[in-house]
This record gives sequence, C-alpha cells and structure tokens, in this order.
Amino acid sequence: MSEQITIGVAGSGTMGTGIAIVAARGGFPIIIYDVDSARVEASIGQMSAFFAKSVQRGKLTREQVDEIMGRVSGTSDIAAMAPCGLVIEAIFEELEVKGRLFSDLDKVCGPQALFASNTSTLSITEIAARSGRDDRFVGMHFCLPAQLMKLVEMSPGINTSDESFARAWQICEQMGQRPVKTQDAPGFILNYFLVPFNNDAIRLVEEGVAEPAEIDKAIKGALGYAMGPMELLDLIGLDTQVLLCEALHGVTHEPRAACPPLLRRMVAARRLGRKTRRGFLSYETAAIFGA
Amino acid sequence: MSNPHSHCVILNGESRSFPESHPLLDATVADGDILVLAGADAGESFAGLADTARYSVVLIELGSECLGVHTGESRGEEGSNVLGFARFRLGDAKPSDLVEIVRQPQTAQTAVEAARALFEAHGLKTAVCGDFPGRIVDRLVRPYYNAALNRLDAKLATAADMDLTLKLGLGYPEGPVELLERTGLAAHHDTTKVLHDALGDPAYAPARRAQVAKARQLKGR
Repeated sequence: MSEQITIGVAGSGTMGTGIAIVAARGGFPIIIYDVDSARVEASIGQMSAFFAKSVQRGKLTREQVDEIMGRVSGTSDIAAMAPCGLVIEAIFEELEVKGRLFSDLDKVCGPQALFASNTSTLSITEIAARSGRDDRFVGMHFCLPAQLMKLVEMSPGINTSDESFARAWQICEQMGQRPVKTQDAPGFILNYFLVPFNNDAIRLVEEGVAEPAEIDKAIKGALGYAMGPMELLDLIGLDTQVLLCEALHGVTHEPRAACPPLLRRMVAARRLGRKTRRGFLSYETAAIFGA
Repeated sequence: MSNPHSHCVILNGESRSFPESHPLLDATVADGDILVLAGADAGESFAGLADTARYSVVLIELGSECLGVHTGESRGEEGSNVLGFARFRLGDAKPSDLVEIVRQPQTAQTAVEAARALFEAHGLKTAVCGDFPGRIVDRLVRPYYNAALNRLDAKLATAADMDLTLKLGLGYPEGPVELLERTGLAAHHDTTKVLHDALGDPAYAPARRAQVAKARQLKGR
C-alpha cells in the first residue's frame, strides 16, 4: 500500500458499518464516528460478527480478523477524527445535516484530509460547498450491502481538484473496490435508472397489467436478471423506495421518479417488504442476507 | 408443469416467436385440443376459424397489437378460451425463453393454466399479463433503454462505465448500451415508437441515438 492513512467513517448505520468493513478489510486503520456511542458499539459488534462468519467460511483466519479488528476504533467525539486522511460520510440523506457534519469535520481534520459522501441522491457539489474544502471533496457511493458489493460510484463536484479525485480513486481501489466515474448528477447511475424502473413496475401492478409475481417471472425469464423488480423492491424496503422517490423526484421532477400512489398505500398498510414479511410478495421469514 | 393436452400448430407467415425449429412446433398433431396460431398473420388465421369452441384453448401469436384487435372487446367483460402469446425477443436476437401469455378480464382460468402448461412442457418460461401495449417486458425496459441512451448523450458516464455499473451494482447480465448494440438500436426505435404512439408517454419516445440508427437503416447505411 502506497499510503497508510486512517479512514474515518461518519455514521454507524447499515451502510456505514458496511463501508467500515470494506475499509478495514482493505488494510486501513478505521475510526467509526457517530453522535450516539451505543450505535458505535453496535456497529463494531456487527463488524466482529461479520468477520467471525468470514472465519467460519474460511475466507479469513482468526489471526487476520484479530489484526483487522485491532485497527478499528469508535468514537462519539468528533475531535477524535483528527487523524483521518479520508472521512467517508454515511449519515441521513439531508443536505443541511450532512453540511453541518462536514463543517465540523473541517475544523478537526488536517488540511490534507479528503472528505467523501456516500449520498445516493444529493448533489456532491452542494454538500461540498458546505464542507469548507470543496476542492478536496468527492462522491463515493457504495452499493448495499457494501461489504459484499464491489462497485463504488465516484463523482467529482464542480470544484473537486483532479488530484483529490485521483487520490480518492486510488484509496477506493486499495480497499479492494471497483470504482466507476459518474457525473455529479441526481441518483448517479444506479439510482437514476433503478428508482424509475422499479416505479414503472409498481405502476404495472397499479394499472392491472400483471400480478407482481408474474412481473418478476417475465423480467427474469426475458432478461436473465437474478431478481425481478418486485422482489428487489421488497428487499430494498418499500418505505426506503418512498424516500428514494422523494429525493430523486425532488431534484429531477421526472415523472417516472415520482412515488406511485400504490407504493404509499403499501407503506401505510405496513407492507414494507421482506422486513415485515409482506410487501408485493409474501415471505415466511424476515431474513435478508445469508449467514 | 404437466401438460395433459395435445396441440395443433398452424403457421401463417414468419413467426417472431418461433423463427426456427422448436420442440413445441415439432410436437404438433392434427387433432390437438389446443390450437396454436403462429406467425405474423396468426390473426388472419383466427379470423378464418369456423369454430373456436371445438378447442379447449386457442392461442394467437401477437406482434405489437392487443389481443382485443382479434377477439373484440365489450365493456371490460371480454374473455373466452382465446389467449394471445409472444416470446419476448429483442430485435434480431434469438427469442428468449420467456413467453408472455395475454389474457382478457374474463378469460377462463382453465385456459390460462392450459396455455402455461403447454409452453412450460416444451421448455419455455411463462408470465401472464393483461391485454396492454408492450405487455410486461417492453413496457418496463423501453423507458430504461431510452433513459440510458439519453444519459449517454448527457455524458453521465462512458458507455462502458454505465454498463459496468449496472452489471456490478444490480447483477444484470448485460448493460443497456451493449445490449442495444447487440440487438439493434433501430429495432429498439421501432418497438418504443409503437409504444409511444399507443401510450402517449414521453418516456417511450425514441431516444436520439435510436432515431439516428433508424434514419441510417432507412438510408441503407
């Protein structure tokens, strides 16, 4: 590794924990930050559990996991993020909240530190403008579940320097990920295409074109997709799809990104997908990912 | 799915669903109780049928038209033992294994199940849908393909990165740009234009690159 920086992960939810696993597995010292210390502890516990399964599956040795977890620390004190050479933010998708976080980080991190946002729908340039270092700011959108998916959509903001983007790209590759460059545009590539596609599938149900299970069979049979759109929506969570619609439609105003009325009714009825065992399809268990 | 039925295939014109030999065509018998009308002129074959009631099911191969064009419609209560079908196919690529079976509001469920059993017994997959333009797959993929072409023009990313992102991020076997290159942009133009005309939804309007490809095809280039 050409550069042994410490990577900070701000936000200890599902995505933040996944990113922390990726970065730790890639050989970097990690600091996980969250305002809630209990959440930080929970995140580190989830990391340990994930790596324990990696040992069970023979992907890592016990010694390797001990070494990885020995480089992981957590904090609820933002001042403890001072040593970070890169901070990846994975908190709530709200521009002002992210802006305040980066503004605070700007006061404690060194001038060489890069900032990155894992936002899936907000503008990198707009977040960067609130960070105090928009020339050293990039978009790094990991896919869910980050610990299993190699892809990272990387976007420069308008004022991001070429050097900063190249450094962040290199670090991403050092983590073992596969970056692709996209414009700083709403939804980048994945969500720009996926959110409207899934909405279109919901509208087919709404209009009586086909039942959800038939839509999945058609798409899988015709195109060889591993999952149909209704299964995928149930996995994402229908409440999450509403949030994605609101975020994407809010900035693009594209009709296909607008939340279909049936989706809102499903959420109101607490049919949220796999996590409630009922969404567009029914499930016997709420389990999402294998061991 | 077991198939207790025999079937008779009448081919009238070139079939997009069965352009070459297939076990379903090979298994035809003259007195089959399911009648499969295949080919571009399957609707004409249906119009010339003296008696549909002698068959348990009549299946008409559809192009871009609705089944109702052949059977007629009445107050949303139409439906009988006559169904439509089409194997999904992108441009000049080989037909997929997916057969979309088209029903009407009052189509007999026994006829739907018999049609499903027939196709599945001959190695095909099925999905049942109502009688709407584009059925399921074209309704969903054409706006996506148009959006991909439009975003390529807007320089969202390179074609290779867009394809790679959708393959790695969503597990798609093929990205949209490479898929359209393989199966024909002009063919995409034709399909999405029909849907745009039928549905009036701008999402189906052929993307600029599809229009260019169609124009070049018309000029023989």
